[in-house]
Amino acid sequence: MSAPISTPASPAPSTAPDGFIRTYLFSLDHKMIGKQFLWFGLIMLFLGGALALLIRWQLAYPETQLPGMGMVPESVWDEGSSWLARTLPYGVIGPELYNALVTMHATIMVFFVVAPILVGCFGNYLIPLMIGTDDMAFPVLNMLSFWITVGAGVILLSSFFVAGGAAASGWTAYTPLSVKEIYTGVGAGQDLWCFSLIVLGIGSMLGAINYITTIVNMRTEGMTYFRMPLTIWSLFIVAILLLLAMPVLTAALALLLFDRTLGTSFFLTEGGGEPILWQHLFWFFGHPEVYILILPAMGIVSDILSVFSRKPIFGYHAMVYAMLAIAFLGWIVWGHHMFQSGMSPLLGTTFMISTMVIAVPSAIKTFNWLGTLYRGSIQFTTPMLHSLAFVSMFMIGGLSGIYMTSTPVDMYIHDTFFIVAHIHYVVFGGSIFGIFAAIHYWFPKMFGRMMNEPLGKIHFVLTFLSFNATFFPMHILGVGGHMRRLYNPMQYEFLQPLQPMNEFITTSALIMGATQFLLITNVVWSFWKGPLADKNPWQANTLEWTTHSPPGHGNFSTAPVVYRGPYEYSMPQWETDFLPQDQPPEKGGSPGP
Amino acid sequence: MLDWLPENVSTYGEDIDGLFAIIYYFTTGILLLVLLALVTFLVLYRQRPGHKASYIKGNARLEWIWTGVTLALLVVMVILSRPLWATIKERPRPDSSPITAQVRGNQFNWVILYAGPDNQIGTADDLQVENELHVLVHTDIWLSLVSEDVIHSFFVPQLRLKQDAVPGREIPVWFQATSAGDYEIACAELCGFGHTTMRGWLHVLPPDAYEAWQRQHWPHNTNEDTP
Repeated sequence: MSAPISTPASPAPSTAPDGFIRTYLFSLDHKMIGKQFLWFGLIMLFLGGALALLIRWQLAYPETQLPGMGMVPESVWDEGSSWLARTLPYGVIGPELYNALVTMHATIMVFFVVAPILVGCFGNYLIPLMIGTDDMAFPVLNMLSFWITVGAGVILLSSFFVAGGAAASGWTAYTPLSVKEIYTGVGAGQDLWCFSLIVLGIGSMLGAINYITTIVNMRTEGMTYFRMPLTIWSLFIVAILLLLAMPVLTAALALLLFDRTLGTSFFLTEGGGEPILWQHLFWFFGHPEVYILILPAMGIVSDILSVFSRKPIFGYHAMVYAMLAIAFLGWIVWGHHMFQSGMSPLLGTTFMISTMVIAVPSAIKTFNWLGTLYRGSIQFTTPMLHSLAFVSMFMIGGLSGIYMTSTPVDMYIHDTFFIVAHIHYVVFGGSIFGIFAAIHYWFPKMFGRMMNEPLGKIHFVLTFLSFNATFFPMHILGVGGHMRRLYNPMQYEFLQPLQPMNEFITTSALIMGATQFLLITNVVWSFWKGPLADKNPWQANTLEWTTHSPPGHGNFSTAPVVYRGPYEYSMPQWETDFLPQDQPPEKGGSPGP
Repeated sequence: MLDWLPENVSTYGEDIDGLFAIIYYFTTGILLLVLLALVTFLVLYRQRPGHKASYIKGNARLEWIWTGVTLALLVVMVILSRPLWATIKERPRPDSSPITAQVRGNQFNWVILYAGPDNQIGTADDLQVENELHVLVHTDIWLSLVSEDVIHSFFVPQLRLKQDAVPGREIPVWFQATSAGDYEIACAELCGFGHTTMRGWLHVLPPDAYEAWQRQHWPHNTNEDTP
């Protein structure tokens, strides 16, 4: 191995306290930046969730006043000039607002919740700790990456308050709908949406460069690529995907902005442009983006399953190769979003074949997770429960994908709630359960205190049940032909019999939303009052558990040396059922590879 | 789950439903098997006194088996899907089937332009109506899908037919309805604030009723009467 460019684990430069601003706001410490991403992502999660509940209210009880709006004095509505009266006249969600809710819910969840938490928070927090170094390669870029993301979020949210309201052309912003103000009634809101995602892209690029550089150059002695935990492998692959995918989105957004503001016609037929070009660009970015949202959760869950089965991960190399295969194949499947778009049907067949192939590595991973549980000694901790939910829910999301891969079946279920069910089984059932698993698993390391297990389990059970009660019936709506992004399903006769199901889904979603306050309670209570965590409460092998909880500045008092892979659990010749990566081998024999 | 499908009234709809059923039984079977294995493992291998985890790091042969089996099953899916897809979307229009109507999406209507007695769109005998599409049962119907403004998606659930209408393109679609009746036409692609109201009706008529409708509504072909 070539000599690292940056010397890992140099002693902390200074022990002098840095002051509030340097410690909590513009910190250069990867751990603080990781926590900042966590708080930011959780705040956005609740915002995005609130928007989802508004959508659900409209679908279950179309064009009725929102609960609680009766308390607003009539004069506010009658006068009509306040923001509330303009956005939500008489407390009723109008079609313009509904489209904005649909657009902003998805934009927030995809770009400002799942990626910031999985990649921003856990990437930042875990990469240096798990590869045994003191910080990221570029701490200033790291700090900028966070604040640029916050800036992008502020730009996005500000669009609710401009004339015409927030973007309302869907998170996919299909052209020409997203190009002209006359089509949606949204002006500045759509521009701000574009700006926000361009700015976000810069932040993601900075993060990606940082992750790749850090993982390639700053692994501690003995930490070869194939001794890296799967969490790090997944974040490494995701960083490469981000680096390649974000510029595509940025370019597409720039073209869209040009069309909107400078009078160009990249996506407008009247000027010789091509509307479907946008879809190609968007999904060429968009499909890798889906894997950006799910791969880190796969890595995290792999590690957690191994720890709480007290067994090595089954097929470590196969897991790595499967992720690499997903990362590669993810670039040649984008057309499966466009089977009914007017793209050549023959090309549709090509994309059907490539999409069927990308199901294979996902299946390999699922079977390997099962193999990990086989003959283990399974501990049902809260992070483990969330990880098991991830495996089963991701499986439903993966299998439902086969329906839309089959082009003739897709013709029927495309743009219906079947797709909504599918994406939520992947991104909520997958990514969000992965996030919940990660929060419960690494909380002791991040904040030095244990979370409350009984409360965690209650939150898990209620979330798991209400999640399924919310999203599983959406498959049925889709089979019934219920279109997505539809303001009022009652306007269609063939959808009216499905209305009781819409009401059931909304009730389940409200319960799921309320359940999340248990998570907040647990996080806040444990943050202040949880029992102190020792270095290694889960008896895990990876390097972050060999240092203090929480780790001090510089992470490790001396640079750790790695002797083996991260999954040496229940080795027959070893007295304990775990063997940390940095434990020196006994004289005469070296356990583990 | 399959019971929730709306009534099917198109020739290829039956094959789509058949394929849907195959995928449904296949995926449900796999899901139940894997969940059964998962739950069995969770019960059998739960942590308890005197029980220790086995040190198993993987099995290359198993990896190859489940990779191969999964790939083979998915190849079968492709083989099952491909011919049906070609029938629905790649079939060239035979000369014997003229285009019945141009269907033009705009915000927020389906504008139907019938070719009229001369079977030519863009001539004086065309008939234009909004949101009402009359067609003959048991006959191949060819439509030309266009859009005036944004992307719309022509969706008739009972035909199992969906196709985007894209500005700047004329996209041919065909179907053959197997049962007379009135079916809703929906827009399946978000097309603006009035998207939800962009609804039309497909009236599938038996021959006598279709001719009566034609006599009543179609412009008379005056060209043939005048020298």
